[in-house]
Amino acid sequence: MLARRIIPCLDVKDGRTVKGINFEGLSDVGDPVELGARYAAEGADELVYLDISASRDGRSTFTRLVSRVADRINIPFTVGGGISSVDDAAALLDAGADKVTINSAAVRNPSLISEIASRYGSQFVVVAIDARLCDDGEIHVTTHGGSRMTERLLFPWALEAQERGAGEILFTSMDHDGTRGGYPCGLYSRLASTLSIPVIASGGAGSPADIAEVLTDGGADAALAASIFHYGEISIRDLKEYLKQRNIPVRL
Amino acid sequence: MIAIVDYNAGNIRSVTNALSRLGAGWILTSDPAELRRADRVLLPGVGHAGAAAADLRARGLDTVICDLRRPVLGICVGMQVMCRDTEEGPSAGLGIFDAHVRRFIPRSDADKVPHIGWNTISNLEKGLFKGIEPGAWVYYVHSYYAPLCPDTIATTRYGVGEGMMFSAALKYENFYGTQFHPEKSGDTGERILQNFLTL
Repeated sequence: MLARRIIPCLDVKDGRTVKGINFEGLSDVGDPVELGARYAAEGADELVYLDISASRDGRSTFTRLVSRVADRINIPFTVGGGISSVDDAAALLDAGADKVTINSAAVRNPSLISEIASRYGSQFVVVAIDARLCDDGEIHVTTHGGSRMTERLLFPWALEAQERGAGEILFTSMDHDGTRGGYPCGLYSRLASTLSIPVIASGGAGSPADIAEVLTDGGADAALAASIFHYGEISIRDLKEYLKQRNIPVRL
Repeated sequence: MIAIVDYNAGNIRSVTNALSRLGAGWILTSDPAELRRADRVLLPGVGHAGAAAADLRARGLDTVICDLRRPVLGICVGMQVMCRDTEEGPSAGLGIFDAHVRRFIPRSDADKVPHIGWNTISNLEKGLFKGIEPGAWVYYVHSYYAPLCPDTIATTRYGVGEGMMFSAALKYENFYGTQFHPEKSGDTGERILQNFLTL
């Protein structure tokens, strides 16, 4: 039976991990490769590396980092942050990334999804959607880390992304992100049953119970999290033991 | 020396990285003489199986591969290309494995296509799966599958509830294929690749 996936997300700036705590036995928590290898050894199912560098130098450092990750890590990993063209995606593919995640650039230019998918396959394209509930009662897609509201609505946009060839949807509710109060499971459940491609839940996890809920009631195929792993509140192995006890299929 | 068949197969970086981690020497080639000389031949594949088969044929590599006598391993679309034919495209496969590749049809909202992520393998035949326990986890990314057939040497279940079984791996004489990606399947995958290198 297909396992529900647990995916730690690492923010990288100028080649260094931004968040992170002092893991025992890890000499350099700031090294994204070391931290990723540690998560992989703990049982992470995939890794996501997000480049939050603003500079051009930071970008080329990131591409070199992606090849180091590819050399070292024997599980799939996704990279994202600032991908705005097929060439950007191609450079990361050549460096060894298994998937790319695109967000604002896809909203601005939806054909980017189809262009990358038709050249490299749907399995290579994860479309990330940040959305929030607005005064008009609709859930609007936002860009630039949630700061810019768009006219697009969550469900039509997710369906369009799927039709254009996205292989997976990574959905973050900006109303819940960072609150650590749990995921909007009703919303995830509707999204998961609307789409035929896998949905990855992101943003809002404060506890293992939240993750268990979004993987069951929320119908999500995977949960992505940063803080609860980086700050060592729970290890990936302990989280998976917890999920397994609740009859959620996980790889242990 | 391991020869990786060089054709329009998408990203092969993860395969070459995995071989390097195992300390195995490899070359990327479409030269029939080098393929015949290699101890092992790997046929990777990402993307469209029909297009991949047509590309192999256009390069005249279909018959070269079929005539190889040393162990050959097709991965994912590489395995599908080695089957009889596929629903994905009009082009016939190499016909090594006696399977007609089909597209997954979801039976409920909870069944997703593509089948992405970690799933378990069972009914394992020794050799390629030496030292691997039934229930071991491997990584999949695919929308098409080979049904169970006489060449099946490992199975996986797709879908919620009972779901349906498909071929996780195939074998015919010296030819092997895995639908999953051993190069992305953690330590289990590395063991399977190691087994292939020492068959």
